[in-house]
Amino acid sequence: MKVVLDSLTKIFPPRMGKGEGVTAVKDFTFMIPDGTLVALLGPSGCGKSTMLNMICGLEKPTEGKIFFGDDDVTDLPSENRGVGMVFQNYALYPHMTVYNNIIFPLGNLKGKEKLTKEQMKERADKVASLVQIEQLMQRKPGELSGGQQQRVAIARALVKTPRLLLMDEPLSNLDARLRLQTREEIRRIQRETGVTTIFVTHDQEEAMSISDVIVVMKDGELHQSGKPQEVYDDPANLFVAKFLGTPAINIFEARVEKETLKIGEDTVLNVPGVRDGAVIAGIRPEGFIYDKEGGLKCELDRVEVMGRDISIVSKNPACEAPVVRSIIDSDERPKDGVKTVTFKLRPNKVHLFEPETGARIRFGRR
Amino acid sequence: MLEKNNPKAWLYLLPALIFMIVFMVYPIIDVFVYSVEEGYNFVSQRSSGFGLYNFSYVLHDTYFLQAVKNTFIMVIITVPISTGFALLIALALNSITKLRELFQTVYFLPYVTNTLAVGLVFMVLFKKTAYSDGLVNLLINFFGGESVDFIDGPYWAKMFVMCFYIIWIVLPFKVLLLTSALASVNKMYYNAAKVDGTGSFRIFMKITLPMISPTIFYLVITGFIGAFKEYSDAVALFGTDLNAAGMNTIVGYVYDMLYGDSGGYPSFASAAAIILFTIVLTITCINLLVSKKHVYYT
Repeated sequence: MKVVLDSLTKIFPPRMGKGEGVTAVKDFTFMIPDGTLVALLGPSGCGKSTMLNMICGLEKPTEGKIFFGDDDVTDLPSENRGVGMVFQNYALYPHMTVYNNIIFPLGNLKGKEKLTKEQMKERADKVASLVQIEQLMQRKPGELSGGQQQRVAIARALVKTPRLLLMDEPLSNLDARLRLQTREEIRRIQRETGVTTIFVTHDQEEAMSISDVIVVMKDGELHQSGKPQEVYDDPANLFVAKFLGTPAINIFEARVEKETLKIGEDTVLNVPGVRDGAVIAGIRPEGFIYDKEGGLKCELDRVEVMGRDISIVSKNPACEAPVVRSIIDSDERPKDGVKTVTFKLRPNKVHLFEPETGARIRFGRR
Repeated sequence: MLEKNNPKAWLYLLPALIFMIVFMVYPIIDVFVYSVEEGYNFVSQRSSGFGLYNFSYVLHDTYFLQAVKNTFIMVIITVPISTGFALLIALALNSITKLRELFQTVYFLPYVTNTLAVGLVFMVLFKKTAYSDGLVNLLINFFGGESVDFIDGPYWAKMFVMCFYIIWIVLPFKVLLLTSALASVNKMYYNAAKVDGTGSFRIFMKITLPMISPTIFYLVITGFIGAFKEYSDAVALFGTDLNAAGMNTIVGYVYDMLYGDSGGYPSFASAAAIILFTIVLTITCINLLVSKKHVYYT
């Protein structure tokens, strides 16, 4: 089932009736295709959880409409929307066993849909084997580890075969190793069930690694959406470029003179079609080529070895951050005693932005 | 590391221990001893021997049996009604936002009001004399009923006032505890249940009730114990001669045996006290057993 968000706005009323309200989501329009795994990505406080709450019906949008398929569900109460939700703290009922937690949503079915005990057990067993918690059914949530609780929460959300699965920061309560493992699990479960899934995260790596589509938000507004690789390769503005990628993109204060990009005194790249003036240049760590002929000179600080690659950490006065981080092949590492490193740049890894607005300036290739 | 049997620890415990021994352990033992001493004389402090005659006397005393009956009726009526009612009020308080503090204060007022003052108010509300009717009787008359003397009249009327009074007195404390218990249930459980399409009654039965069950259980146990020890409220309504009013309670009987007009029988009083103790202990044990199945502790 596809989900359409049509110019959604959410304004929280001011406290004590004074002052202006807080605009959590501003004129948000987006279409989530059927059967995809979509990540709502943004820094904390950007309105992504509010979005999720509006989709599941816990919050009512101030303006705009929500469609599930062709049905307008904007005014439909939460309990009639048929969505499954995994809460950030899982919200497993602590007084019930895992089994009872999982069949709890089934107990709400009425009329024709009402299930017998055997049918419930069948459904619960099926979903339990999907998330691999068959052996935990008689435990209480308090006796489970974080990762196991997460699985139970997913099972509970999936047991009534929802039209839409929502997950609020599903991995934030897990430790690093479990997070890697669980995000693979989420991907697998989503593939196997084919359920349209929206998950909220502030971790760009998490979002990029498993989702079909990522939606980057900031201050309640949609900044960019698309396939993870496309958004990464072709950021719409400075915020998106900075937010995506680890290590982060290197930001330089630069200027364009006669269609060439200059960082400090160094002429680093041809940028056809760009007017003269100050720009912000963002260079991905993998956009550097360690080359003696290269135009960009930096003072070498240290070399970090990561196995297959090495990371050259150097300094440049024009860089916004204290150090410039570049990732190059380990065969090309600078010799000992080298003080200054020079780089050529890969044009498709260099993005230019307006200094004031942060909007992208595109340049042609020659 | 703390060593076991550290003498200092005993020293720190000593003040409390002395008080406990002098004012609790010793009297309890004394009560047991009194209760089995036959023919004990208060003045000479002698008894003719040991046995279970005191118990037999008390258990055959019609006043005692009346007191037991009264007490049991009070317990059975007031504990469930007051707890259920308090839960309803707490739920209502929890679901309103406007004037919530005001209502909380109003519901708590009876708790800080003097028992005897409340008793006086009840007298005014319920009494009936040859010349005047109380407010309740005026209401009954208004709807075409006959006046009833609630204070000196038929047994059921007196028992009704008594139970009404007890419920009124114990309600505020229960409302207070239940409101805070309800407020402490994490909202995310309600959200989760709502998204799963749960109706409000099922949410209440399956989530709210188990989550606040420790508080409810606490209120039921203390409610049982408190109601079994009922005495002062009866005095506030019906005066000190409870036997004549037919509204005596077990504690009232113990008091009468010690100090009342028929008083001066510490052995009978002690036997009655022991019987009360046995009853309360049994009921509490049953409560504990039942609770094991139904109460959820985090």
